[in-house]
Amino acid sequence: MRILVVEDDLEAQRYLVQGLKEAGHVVDDAADGETGLNLALSRPYDVAIVDRMLPKMDGLKLVEEVREHGNVTPVLFLSALSDVDDRVKGLKAGGDDYLTKPYAFVELLARIDALMRRRSPAAVKTRLQVGDLELDLLTRAANRGNTPIDLQPREFRLLEYLMRHAGQVVTRTMLLESVWEYHFDPQTNVIDVHISRLRAKIDKGFDTPLLHTVRGAGYMIRARA
Amino acid sequence: MRAPRILSSLAFRIVLAYVTLFAISAGALIAFTYWNTERAIIAGTDQVIEAETTGLIEQYQRLGLNGLQSAVLTRVRNSQGLYLLVNRFRYPVVGNLDAWPEVEMRPGYFVEFDYERTSGGTTQVRRARGRAFQLKGGFLLLVARDVHERYETERLFTTTLPWTAALMLTLGLIGGALISRNFLARLDTINRAAREIMAGDLSRRVPAREPGDEFDALSQNLNRMLDRIERLMAGMREVTDSIAHDLRSPLNRLRNRLEDTLHDLPLESPEAIKIEGAVSETDRLIGTFNALLLIAEAEAGVAREAMEPIELSAIVDGIAELYEPVAEEKGISLSIAPSGRIMVKGNKSLITQALANLLDNAIKYTPESGKVRVELRDTPQGAALSVADSGPGIPAGDRARVIERFVRLEASRNSPGMGLGLSLVAAVARMHEARLELADNMPGLKATIHFPPYARPRAEVA
Repeated sequence: MRILVVEDDLEAQRYLVQGLKEAGHVVDDAADGETGLNLALSRPYDVAIVDRMLPKMDGLKLVEEVREHGNVTPVLFLSALSDVDDRVKGLKAGGDDYLTKPYAFVELLARIDALMRRRSPAAVKTRLQVGDLELDLLTRAANRGNTPIDLQPREFRLLEYLMRHAGQVVTRTMLLESVWEYHFDPQTNVIDVHISRLRAKIDKGFDTPLLHTVRGAGYMIRARA
Repeated sequence: MRAPRILSSLAFRIVLAYVTLFAISAGALIAFTYWNTERAIIAGTDQVIEAETTGLIEQYQRLGLNGLQSAVLTRVRNSQGLYLLVNRFRYPVVGNLDAWPEVEMRPGYFVEFDYERTSGGTTQVRRARGRAFQLKGGFLLLVARDVHERYETERLFTTTLPWTAALMLTLGLIGGALISRNFLARLDTINRAAREIMAGDLSRRVPAREPGDEFDALSQNLNRMLDRIERLMAGMREVTDSIAHDLRSPLNRLRNRLEDTLHDLPLESPEAIKIEGAVSETDRLIGTFNALLLIAEAEAGVAREAMEPIELSAIVDGIAELYEPVAEEKGISLSIAPSGRIMVKGNKSLITQALANLLDNAIKYTPESGKVRVELRDTPQGAALSVADSGPGIPAGDRARVIERFVRLEASRNSPGMGLGLSLVAAVARMHEARLELADNMPGLKATIHFPPYARPRAEVA
């Protein structure tokens, strides 16, 4: 995958680029808004990571310009700004996701994977399947093998999100933001408790567990361990 | 609404007090002058009567009753006085009065009485003042003067004085009402502007003319104050932003480096475990830092721009649903009592976070198989959102203190948490002009956010 990184903090940029390359991505970098805009408009990227505060051209402006040119490359904003409204401003300007610094690299990686996945047309599915676990999005029914699984509405959404990102690491923050639509940091391990409830329903009594904990990162649903 | 406001207006009360004082002092002054003048006039009349009586008595003593009679006749013809000599049956002997006045008359004392005067064919009742003199043989001599003009003036004066005072008060009231209405209108403009500014529109200013009167001077001073507040707020925002930026960037690099180091180390090695500890310590630091920034922002009212009508019951349902498994895992029964659709004007994400903090604390401090109850009530004073638990509670003396930043009570030091939870709730409450109340739940703590009454946006009313 081709990723554009526009970040003026050079050490952060180097770390980001190196990490993304290690994860198997092709990375272009820019240290200011204008260079970033030129790159974004001249080459195709799967994802662009843009810092909110950039010299020469602000990150918001950059994304607005990119969008005005009809370019729909998914954009992940990185921001050191704390304001409650900054996220809203970022998303309004055309950003697809918003991550506040400092971030864990796994969080960033998971979000980039999610953004790239969102782009693929396969997203319009009515059935999701991981191993013998099936989720029917129309009838809202879940089955593992021949066993029907009774899920609460929120558990269904949680499982749906995990299954849409099957094989990908999904962080706790991503779950809180996507499944619950909350953008704050709960001090207690609320997500872990929800996950263990879900796990009890889909994995308990079955030979192969599907829902895995990824240490230091989050969770992942996949057929093979 | 208008009339009671005018009555309670300072300008009106000042004018009213002034008018009353003025009416009383003017009345007193007029009454005093009048009384003095009247006394002087009466004294003059009495002197004339005295002199005449003395003259007549002299005649009487020298020439007897007959001499007196002729003297009286002469006087009747030549002077303006009133005279009457009666015998012991009060029957007139001589004089220009038709009958002895029907008032009690002690000889030697001045009295006023009414008498009838016929002139030009009409009979008129008039006022006179005089004195009777006892003569030998039961005869009585009355010497009097007509004081009808003075009497009329006096009557006119005593009847009109209260009316004059009443008129003065009425005019004063009207004047006061007009002046205070004018004052109130000016003050209303200032108050309205001040309210709008307090509601978050810091760029607004109080209208002021240049050059103007005292009110304009007040407005200008308020505006200068607002300029300074706005500059301070902007400064505050800048500081928050630059602190955020200047601390987050190095924290970001620190975390990156730690992760990088961790990446190169074999899993579960002692070094890796140490680095992992450092990473989670960094994350805790970041958490505290974020919470502090959020409190600073809420306190500065920076997030006021994002205020919108929000439904509290939806927030309660959402957060309760999020925490329900956590409570269940700890064997705590979590009950929710929202009462229909309750709206407040506010910042959704901050209120959500505040409620999450309250619920998080309640679950954290409530022992196993305890109770936590979230309640949402609509009161005439506004919505009240409360989280009550059956935990150890907070001693009454410490309740104000726990709202301060970083304070965590000694007894609960072993529980995880940054001690910023309640401070954030308090800051969020302040930002929404709401009040955070910590009360005894007997046992446990009952934290309630009292929101101000919801002012429906105009569009929604129509």
